[in-house]
Amino acid sequence: MNNNDTIKKTLIVAISLCLVCSALISFSAVELRDLQEANKTLDKQSKILSAAGLLTEGTEISELFESIEPRIVNLETGEFDSAIDLDQYEESSFSRDPNTSIELSSNQDIALLKRRENFQTVYLHYNSQALNAIILPVRGYGLWGTMKGYLALEPDLKTIIGLEFFDHKETPGLGGEIDNPKWKEIWKGKEVFSDSGDILISVIKGSVDKSSDEAKYQVDGLSGATITSNGVTNLLSFWLGDMGYGPLLEQLQDKETKGV
Amino acid sequence: MSKAKEALLNPIFNDNPIALQILGICSALAVTGNLYITLIMCVALTTVVTLSNLSVSLIRNHIPTNIRIIVQISIIATLVMLVDEVLQAFDYESSKTLSVFVGLIVTNCIVMGRAEAFAMKNGPLLSAIDGFGNGLGYSVILIVIAIIREFIGAGTFYGIEIMPLTTNGGWYMANNFFLTPASSFFIIGFTIWALRQWKTDQLEEPEFKISKNSLEAEKRITS
Amino acid sequence: MEAYLSIFIKAVFIENIAINFFLGMCTFLAISKKIQPAIGLGIAVIVVLGLAVPINNLIFNFFLKADALFPGSDLHFVGLICYIGIIAALVQILEMFLDRYIPALYNALGVFLPLITVNCAILGGVLFSIERNLEFSESIVYGLGAGTGWALAIVALAGITERLKYADIPEGLQGLGITFITVGLMCFGFLSFGGISL
Repeated sequence: MNNNDTIKKTLIVAISLCLVCSALISFSAVELRDLQEANKTLDKQSKILSAAGLLTEGTEISELFESIEPRIVNLETGEFDSAIDLDQYEESSFSRDPNTSIELSSNQDIALLKRRENFQTVYLHYNSQALNAIILPVRGYGLWGTMKGYLALEPDLKTIIGLEFFDHKETPGLGGEIDNPKWKEIWKGKEVFSDSGDILISVIKGSVDKSSDEAKYQVDGLSGATITSNGVTNLLSFWLGDMGYGPLLEQLQDKETKGV
Repeated sequence: MSKAKEALLNPIFNDNPIALQILGICSALAVTGNLYITLIMCVALTTVVTLSNLSVSLIRNHIPTNIRIIVQISIIATLVMLVDEVLQAFDYESSKTLSVFVGLIVTNCIVMGRAEAFAMKNGPLLSAIDGFGNGLGYSVILIVIAIIREFIGAGTFYGIEIMPLTTNGGWYMANNFFLTPASSFFIIGFTIWALRQWKTDQLEEPEFKISKNSLEAEKRITS
Repeated sequence: MEAYLSIFIKAVFIENIAINFFLGMCTFLAISKKIQPAIGLGIAVIVVLGLAVPINNLIFNFFLKADALFPGSDLHFVGLICYIGIIAALVQILEMFLDRYIPALYNALGVFLPLITVNCAILGGVLFSIERNLEFSESIVYGLGAGTGWALAIVALAGITERLKYADIPEGLQGLGITFITVGLMCFGFLSFGGISL
């Protein structure tokens, strides 16, 4: 047994171990990479489809996603920008790089993001040439961390189709109920803007009085999760406002009215 | 009891790695909110500990003593990375939920502990069985915690609704406390209590006993 | 500055690595019987995390990240073994350095350093900082913050356990059982930090 401790033997064992291990890992990494990449895209696509209520049982997600067109939008001007490659766009790096993002002042920063990227990907869903839905990525701070989700709007650009969060750290059972299908159901058909264009959508405390005029702008609060509920209100107000997709929505609205 | 049977069954009740040796509980607490995720974690850990025991045992006569820890860590890390890759490829949802906890199997003391304490001294087959047994011992505790947490916290068992929740129009008001990771501490604490009432040889000697002679007590503390 | 403070506070209180993610629990429960060793171990963890997180952050950004070495390279899959290796090497070097230059500190921390190599708190801190895509300067703050949070939790628990030995606890619950329940109660305390924002 003692002959194991010679320098020669130690080196031989160490090197052969490294070779075997690295061969194994490299082999599996290369073999499985395509599957992993496919999983990632599939995951993202299914979340986007689900926000727009397009997810149907039995149909391939990639097939459904063909009707959706991702576009990069310049949040400053609200115009679509084709200079940036879709594959190159990455929210996390764009929102941190000072060249591609702006710092938010404290009264602008209602969703507590600190910085906002100048470009964002939005998803347009077409149903036989006509715009059927627009899906906007939104995010904002809740109780424990940033909640990330997709908001889908009807072509009138003010009626909600759905709001789906795909990443959050809210307390399970309280704030975590933002994932509850019942609660997500309430969002459908609510309106975000008043006729004069103010952002009115909000998650209120308690349940909505259905007879009031405001009811179409209000969503039942999550019981025991006031901070999460406020977080959702704030992130919607931010992303629908001037610092968010406001300019884009205005542009689209103009096009629509001119088209008529 | 034959040696193999002993190696398999002992870690489950008599010498449970979590309840008795306080090994590897880091991951035990964080991933037990829902049974499916817990099962994935258990399978991942059992696979790693079985295979690492097997491979360490296979080359145990060739491992130089001065680099044996790093050899073991390399083998374990390789296996963990393999498991992680496979999980990302075939069950992306779970791998996202488990996030860093799969990677943390590397530092799970059960895996290292078994490789060093058992596999370095025993044959490949016996080591593999021992690894599998320890994996099972870990899994038993995790699964028990997960079942309790999921049932009380969400009224479901493996995702199947048993008690309809009030939020979904049913009658059961979910106990949200059980959804928070803190609850697993209480569940493990009480599990250990139950286990020790049953297997009294596992009781711990109290550090301090109220006695009439204060001098004696003083001695006991200082020793 | 504000951003750094926010990362620090978050790492110490809101996302406490011991109480909220349960990392380093094995050592946590084993050492937490007396305050003195708990403080020693806590400091050792702060030091190692404060060094390991930024160093591994550099390794990730300059070697392992996609397109980091040369366009088209992507070595993120060997990350785990690199981090472990670096942590082990770092602890070794730190041990030798302290032994040679600051013997007083070595005597105080020496016994804990080897324990730390396989402490999941260290690897966990590294993995979290990589997953969250922190910048180099942020990772220093995060490492120190995570270490401080861990140290805070273990010292607090040691303080409680030290007093608990005079309590009349049911037989089966003594030792490990009651420690678990104490940590559970501490979790509640830490839950109340949620919602802090700077």
